[in-house]
Amino acid sequence: MNQLLGLFVARSKEYYRDRGSLIWSFVMPPLIIAAIAMAFSGQEAPLLKVGLYPNAETPSVFADASYIQTVHFSDLDKANTKVRHHQIDLLVFTDNSGHYLFNPESQKAAILQKLLVQDSSTSWQSQALSGRQVRYIDWVIPGVLGMNLMFSGLFGVGFVIVRYRKNGVLKRLQATPVSPIAFLSAQLLSRLLIMLMVSTTVYLACDFFLDFLMLGSYIDLLLVAVTGNLCIVSLGLVVASRLANEELANGLLNLFAFPMMLLSEVWFSLDGAPEWMATASQFFPLTHMVQAARKIMVEGAGLAEVSHHLFMMLIMGAIFLSVAAYLFKWRTD
Amino acid sequence: MRFIVIILICSNDTLTVNSIIKSYMKPILEVSNLVKHFPKVKAVNGISFSIPTGICFGLLGPNGAGKTTTIEMIEGITKPTSGEILYKGIANNPAFKLEAGIQFQSTALMDFLTVKEVLKLFGSFYSNPQPLAELVKQCFLEEFLNQPAAKLSGGQKQRVLLALALINDPDIIFLDEPTTGLDPHSRRNFWHLIETIKQKGKTIILTTHYMDEAEQLCDQLLIVDHGQVIAQGSPSKLLQEHFDHVFICLDEADIAPELHDKYKFTKHGNQLVHQSLSVEKTLQEFIQLGVSLNSLQVRNPTLDDLFLQLTGHKLRE
Repeated sequence: MNQLLGLFVARSKEYYRDRGSLIWSFVMPPLIIAAIAMAFSGQEAPLLKVGLYPNAETPSVFADASYIQTVHFSDLDKANTKVRHHQIDLLVFTDNSGHYLFNPESQKAAILQKLLVQDSSTSWQSQALSGRQVRYIDWVIPGVLGMNLMFSGLFGVGFVIVRYRKNGVLKRLQATPVSPIAFLSAQLLSRLLIMLMVSTTVYLACDFFLDFLMLGSYIDLLLVAVTGNLCIVSLGLVVASRLANEELANGLLNLFAFPMMLLSEVWFSLDGAPEWMATASQFFPLTHMVQAARKIMVEGAGLAEVSHHLFMMLIMGAIFLSVAAYLFKWRTD
Repeated sequence: MRFIVIILICSNDTLTVNSIIKSYMKPILEVSNLVKHFPKVKAVNGISFSIPTGICFGLLGPNGAGKTTTIEMIEGITKPTSGEILYKGIANNPAFKLEAGIQFQSTALMDFLTVKEVLKLFGSFYSNPQPLAELVKQCFLEEFLNQPAAKLSGGQKQRVLLALALINDPDIIFLDEPTTGLDPHSRRNFWHLIETIKQKGKTIILTTHYMDEAEQLCDQLLIVDHGQVIAQGSPSKLLQEHFDHVFICLDEADIAPELHDKYKFTKHGNQLVHQSLSVEKTLQEFIQLGVSLNSLQVRNPTLDDLFLQLTGHKLRE
């Protein structure tokens, strides 16, 4: 236990004294978020989005309008949530009931309602669903925070261990009674604690300036962050388990990081993407962390609703950690 | 009956004393037929030796001779291809890591920790580490104790690495070329430190390619070349065994060319060296021949000479 504590304290001190890494961890996410906020602070995209439930038949009144995009929903709850959050402007029931849902705070919904009134073939009946608008910034913040955790987890742990191996620090530790498990655990726990502190600070700072949406429980969000971070750091440990070459480690870490950044719904939803892409993304820990965090923050989901994401992250984390412990060598022959 | 009891007691006492002596004399380390073959290099080819407790044991040899590979196999850092290593009579002794202190040839320390923090960190690996103040005093670390460990001079770093090797108050200490790259003053200081450790009865295993270091510090030597033992014994015994002469050295300009062959001089730089069985007789002959003795130097054979004699090349070639 003393060994673990000693290594944990040492690694944590090294992190906060490494000004370059520290500044990067704190400054990069707010910079990205600020850039996004500025980019999307103007008018929203001119396209109008209409949800269709339960069938995919587009009402004739919208059929010829190229500026209207229709999205089919088979889940009414999901469609309702989208209306509340202004993610679709109107939800039309395609069961010939003439029923539709709209958000009274949405200006786009008002435009679409005027179009419907012109359609005399159907007797339209409206129902208001109010809710706060989900801006892109609200949607993207869980992704950016998750991405920061991913880069820091992968590179922060992976690079340090590879450097330690290259310059002989690991060889010196091998000559002591320290076990690989104690060493790896200390690296993992230190990085976990640091990143939670960094993420909390970044979260609070961004919230102060942008007042983004947080409908769920902070404890649930913390649980998702801890589980996701453990999983990703464990993946970093797998990459660092044997390498003594920083360039190769950099390449390998990027090989994991970039697909995750692109396919884990950090920047955009995979709703309309090919099936294989959505399936592949389910093998990335970042996908589960971002999706779970987004559900909690944007939709106010509880733990039960994100439990499958937590389960997947725990399974992946256990596999990564076992592989890392199995492959780990203090030094290369 | 009483007589028998007394005899038994005496006999028991004798046994106890013998066992104590035996345990003291018992080698702390025994190495048999140690072999290490890397894919392209046969680094160690069947080295065997044993080290009694409490001595300074030197592995002497040129770079690439197999010294570091040998001690790294003993330290458990490198896996041997074959052979046996017994620490206190036991193979793969689990006590080894707790009782051994190791200073590698080149080790970086944690980039952003101070010397004090590094010492504390390594102290946390052992159940009963040496008090920090004692280590600081012993290895003269006071003046840079709070400096970042990554920003030390060569001599300072070697002292910190030695302190780390001593942190668990080890029974056996491995020092792998500890003075390589140090200036002469730092080397002398480091030798003084090692002498102090020797006086505490610790067993030291030292690898070096400096003959003066080996002569100064080591009680027993194992001279290796190309992964094999070429000589073994105390420095004085080895020199006595292999040399019965001294070296008489003179500047080349002081010796007439016709004398070169007669006295079988060998040339070392600007010096000519003659191996003499009797200094008085040789010097009398030189005086009679009118040789100028202004540049005269008489020296005893060194381990470097021994190495040259055994292998045909110098220790640091």
